[in-house]
Amino acid sequence: MDNFVCLVCGFVYDPNEGDPENGVAAGTPFADLPADWTCPVCGAPKDQFGKE
Amino acid sequence: MKALKIAEGIYDVGATDWNVRDFHGYSTENGSTYNAFLIIDEKVTLIDTVKVDFLDQLMAKISSVIDPAKIDYIVSNHTEMDHSGALPRLLHRIGKDIPVFCSKMGHKNLASHFGQKINYRPVADGEELCLGKRTLKFIETRMIHWPDSMFSYLVEDKILFSSDGFGQHYAGPERFDDEIGEAIMPYAKKYFANILWLYAPLIKGVLNKVRELNLPIEMICPDHGVLWRQNPAKIVEAYTRWCDLQPQPDKALVIYDTMWHSTEAMAEAIVAGLAAEGVSAKPMHLRTCHRSDVVTEAFDAKALVIGSPTLNNGLFPTVADFLTYLKGLKPKNKLAASFGSFGWSGEAAKLVEDELKTMGLHLSEDPLKIQYVPNREGLEKCFEFGRRIARAMR
Ligand SMILES: [Fe+2]
Ligand SMILES: [Fe+2]
Repeated sequence: MDNFVCLVCGFVYDPNEGDPENGVAAGTPFADLPADWTCPVCGAPKDQFGKE
Repeated sequence: MKALKIAEGIYDVGATDWNVRDFHGYSTENGSTYNAFLIIDEKVTLIDTVKVDFLDQLMAKISSVIDPAKIDYIVSNHTEMDHSGALPRLLHRIGKDIPVFCSKMGHKNLASHFGQKINYRPVADGEELCLGKRTLKFIETRMIHWPDSMFSYLVEDKILFSSDGFGQHYAGPERFDDEIGEAIMPYAKKYFANILWLYAPLIKGVLNKVRELNLPIEMICPDHGVLWRQNPAKIVEAYTRWCDLQPQPDKALVIYDTMWHSTEAMAEAIVAGLAAEGVSAKPMHLRTCHRSDVVTEAFDAKALVIGSPTLNNGLFPTVADFLTYLKGLKPKNKLAASFGSFGWSGEAAKLVEDELKTMGLHLSEDPLKIQYVPNREGLEKCFEFGRRIARAMR
């Protein structure tokens, strides 16, 4: 599973960690994040992420 | 020291830093202010604090209005230490349990600065807080310019406390836009270019969000510089324009450093070539002009032509510094080119080009290199190089 990096602030989404604070379980690939998921640091939408 | 009354029951109790000339690497040739605001209501509320060294100024100004121990609420719109630095000592003096309202990210970030012992009250985007006769409404504004940034809007008085947004590093006798007029705009633009440029697309979204809230705004109170009371729409319009990142189509900048005036001679010949094609161009020498001033000019230039002599097979240090700074600001919609004089190896011009490419800027020319001192023919090449760049700008 690939890491994805936020092009706005540099936050790295690691699927092995997920985003538990925002209800995303560990092990969730980036592609499976809900469409309205946003960067937990800067709030950028999903389309602002690129493969690390 | 006296607080400045800005509306009935509302005061600026912040500090003036007349002598700061280097604000984390941003040149502040006229100092700055760290604005903080006191609202006298049933719940006495302080919005933001100041840099820790200015705690006494903050306390004195609050004391000119009310006993600081009477403060009931503190709002932290932004975690950065020019606005939160005095918070722990202030709390120590006036009561450790006073609630500190901040965004969700503000909670995380303040705790990473000052620990968990403060009575943080994270608020949601759009949440309201009753102060008695007045209401504060919190608006999350992430990345204007930190993840924790928020605006606080005083509903009844129609005042927007905008944190670093709409701010300017300027300390002067004037405290309001109407007192200084147009002369404040270069400071506001410098602030945008150096602090906010890279977040322009996000800021555009935030401005739209605020617009959709349809809040009547009679005054905008940023955390630095003058307050916008005569025409708050003016600075919002300027931000809207700056967020579009549309350069002035006929403006070019030739940015360079030089060791023995050779890269300088090239820079001046390139400027002459650009000018010959009707482009407004000027050279900026990196040990004469501060990087933050160069960036302010670069912000709305259509073309950036960057020159470095080759020193020890590499970039000249000030050019490397500038490129690092520029890259972080994520420039877009620009044409770029590189040049430089060299002695025997000549790597620098290519290294500049590589950096400009990683920034995603469009390069219409190969790097222009000249060995040692440019002769007449060399200067002619530079002139033509400038002319061709000017034509590519069209
Ligand atoms: Fe800041
Ligand atoms: Fe600030």
